Amino acid sequence: MPDSTLAHAPQFDDASQQRESATFGMWIFLATEILFFGAMFLGYTAYRLAYPAAFAAASRHTLLAFGATNTAVLLISSATMAFAVRAAREKRRTALTVRLLLTAALGVLFLCIKGFEYAREISEHLLPGASFQFDQPYASHAEMFFYLYFLMTGVHALHVTIGVVLIAISGFRAWRTDAFMRNDTAVDLLGLYWHFVDIIWVFLFPLIYLVERHS
Amino acid sequence: MQPTLHADTHAQASHHEEPGFWQKYIFSTDHKVIGIQYGITGLMFLFLGLCLMSVMRWQMANPGTGVPLVGPLLYHLLGESAVSKTGVISPDLYNAFGAMHGTIMVFLAIVPLAFGAFGNFVTPLQIGAPDMTFPRVNMVSYQFYFMGGILMLASFFIPGGAAKSGWTSYSPLATIADMNLRPNGQTFWIIGMVCLINSSLLGAVNFITTIIQLRAKGLSWMRLPFFCWAQFVTAFLLLLAFPPLEAAAVLQLMDNLLRTSFFLPTGLVVSGKLLHISGGGSPLLWQHLFWFLAHPEVYVLILPGMGIVTEVIANNTRKPIWGYRSMVYSILAIGFLSFIVWAHHMYLTGMGVRIATFFQTTTMVISIPSVVILTALFISLWGGSIRINTPMLFALGFLPMFGIGGLTGLPLGFNASDIHLHDTYYVIAHFHYIVAPGTIFALFAGIYYWYPKATGRMLSEYWGKVHFALSFVFMNLVFMPMFIQGMAGMSRRMYDGGATYASNGDVVGLSPYIIGLNTSVSHAVWALGLAQIPFIINFFWSLNWGKKVTSDNPWEATTLEWQTPTPPPHGNFDKEIEVVRGPYEYSVPGKSRDFTPQNEPDQPEPIPHGNPVRS
Repeated sequence: MPDSTLAHAPQFDDASQQRESATFGMWIFLATEILFFGAMFLGYTAYRLAYPAAFAAASRHTLLAFGATNTAVLLISSATMAFAVRAAREKRRTALTVRLLLTAALGVLFLCIKGFEYAREISEHLLPGASFQFDQPYASHAEMFFYLYFLMTGVHALHVTIGVVLIAISGFRAWRTDAFMRNDTAVDLLGLYWHFVDIIWVFLFPLIYLVERHS
Repeated sequence: MQPTLHADTHAQASHHEEPGFWQKYIFSTDHKVIGIQYGITGLMFLFLGLCLMSVMRWQMANPGTGVPLVGPLLYHLLGESAVSKTGVISPDLYNAFGAMHGTIMVFLAIVPLAFGAFGNFVTPLQIGAPDMTFPRVNMVSYQFYFMGGILMLASFFIPGGAAKSGWTSYSPLATIADMNLRPNGQTFWIIGMVCLINSSLLGAVNFITTIIQLRAKGLSWMRLPFFCWAQFVTAFLLLLAFPPLEAAAVLQLMDNLLRTSFFLPTGLVVSGKLLHISGGGSPLLWQHLFWFLAHPEVYVLILPGMGIVTEVIANNTRKPIWGYRSMVYSILAIGFLSFIVWAHHMYLTGMGVRIATFFQTTTMVISIPSVVILTALFISLWGGSIRINTPMLFALGFLPMFGIGGLTGLPLGFNASDIHLHDTYYVIAHFHYIVAPGTIFALFAGIYYWYPKATGRMLSEYWGKVHFALSFVFMNLVFMPMFIQGMAGMSRRMYDGGATYASNGDVVGLSPYIIGLNTSVSHAVWALGLAQIPFIINFFWSLNWGKKVTSDNPWEATTLEWQTPTPPPHGNFDKEIEVVRGPYEYSVPGKSRDFTPQNEPDQPEPIPHGNPVRS
């Protein structure tokens, strides 16, 4: 919806060019993120191919119920985010505020569940380090699985945290400021980012929790 | 990241008012100021990199003797563990200087100069844009770079000193070096690298968006100056190659600080003792992730240089670049192929023949577009009415130097010959020919060429020519002997310059002649350092006392950056820009002048050689 009356920064011809540039910038920023996670997925692939039995054994120690719940939470939050983007386009202030804050709340819920999951795993001596314990003969290679598990979910959780903060701020700005309501690009970009974070989790979930769960 | 949040603030209002000192020079969002910030910082790091090497060359030429003048200074700065009281640098400090020379030159000097400085200053001007798409992201990009630089510098002064595991930072060496110290130089190195990577990524996002979105009206892709094409491809290389290294850096940081084993194999023995780690990691994974960045990085180092040289050659031959289109397709091909050649750095890691053959083939294939570009530039000289000025001299110097560097790379790309040459001085000579007399000459060409646009004054031609002549001679005296040393089998990273392997009478070893070349190379390095003095003085002196430019277009160039006031104000152009022709319309028959700016409207008379218009 190009609207030539919208304010735009001096380097752009008009607001629609600004919007297009910002969206495009976000897409290529996400490309860097995909490659960033891609390197970690590559490491995961290399080590899982090298130690398939240990990875299967380690994966059975992960907490599927937590992981599955979290998958549901993130997918729902993606839906609420999509609704927020729609509300922003339609300039519906209350709906936008509620949906953004709901998305942020779901993100917080995800982080809380993840926190409890980490706590359980630490109490079960699955945190790599001096206290790590695992059944022989897979101990050392299972530790590699848990290195990757904690690192990849940790970096993902960091992305969720950043998203939650930005979405919560936007929720408050939508509620408080008129300027925010005039331009829906920021919500659009947040939506892109949030769906990206969601997709990363969709890949992490089967790789971590579902290795040989069928057996 | 929310690049658009500035949209609803006062960006438009502040456009016209004059900002204060801090806003104008330190926290500037103006692409030209950021470009100059990158330029000055990058030049200082370039000089620092040269200084580190000068000290190392003393140790190689005169193993075990104190470094004159600098030695005692280093003793006071870095302490007795690094430098003896008589000024002899320790093997650890030698290694640290070597690692930091590479890191500083690549990540803190050349990339920031080629991409950060010239890319920032020139690209928006050449595409007729008022600024970058995301000016604040641009500012943050410089700040990340600055932080990275500070961390790297600070690491020299912490216990244990700077990172000393080579600029490649191979695991497990990078993890076991200074294991008893946490954090150590390697920790600083990795965190510094993460800053530099973020800086480049933000820059790359900005450049790509800017070139796609903000080109002036009528500036179709095939009217884009080759310099902008080079920056565009470079930005894609940075964008896609750096993130995996960032992830790898995080993994290595975990290995170093939290005792994980991402890159550490089972049964690692250090100083005769088995290391207590879980193991199971693969050092090869680090090498793959590192070189997946570092080979495209090689092209990040050279492509902007090619872009600068193309601009200078077109301008000073007064004729269109020969084969502009094939150059554009070639640079795109280089960009693509550079992502599938990385394992040619790893032939000695025991990869299978099939994989080695694949990478050998891609490596040979990528030399074709490089040769196309080089050939096109050479042919562009043919029949031109060449103006010999300082930028042109450096550009002309670039061509054969890059040729030598490129051709000597072929034996390294072949699996069989690489096994002999791997890790010798031949490799050092090869890539320095690309980057030092290659890219650095291109950068100097760019500085002499765009200095009048940035400052309104010319650099001294006389001292510029002196600078070129001396640099050209000494560059070759530094790097040419290294080919000979390398082919004789002299290893790189030797504290004593290979003296340990000197032949003993009739025993096979390095001959006294090969070892003796160390001395002449060292003399040439110091002379090269002195040869930069005319440039440094010229650079600062001309700021105030250089010859004033008499027009906004002192080189009579066609591209858009010369259509701005000098120096360009915030917002760049004081008139509407509409591009109506290709980038290099020099000496068009029937025109009264020998250059036709890209935005000059068509005259009533027909133009015989106008570039075809593509939309």
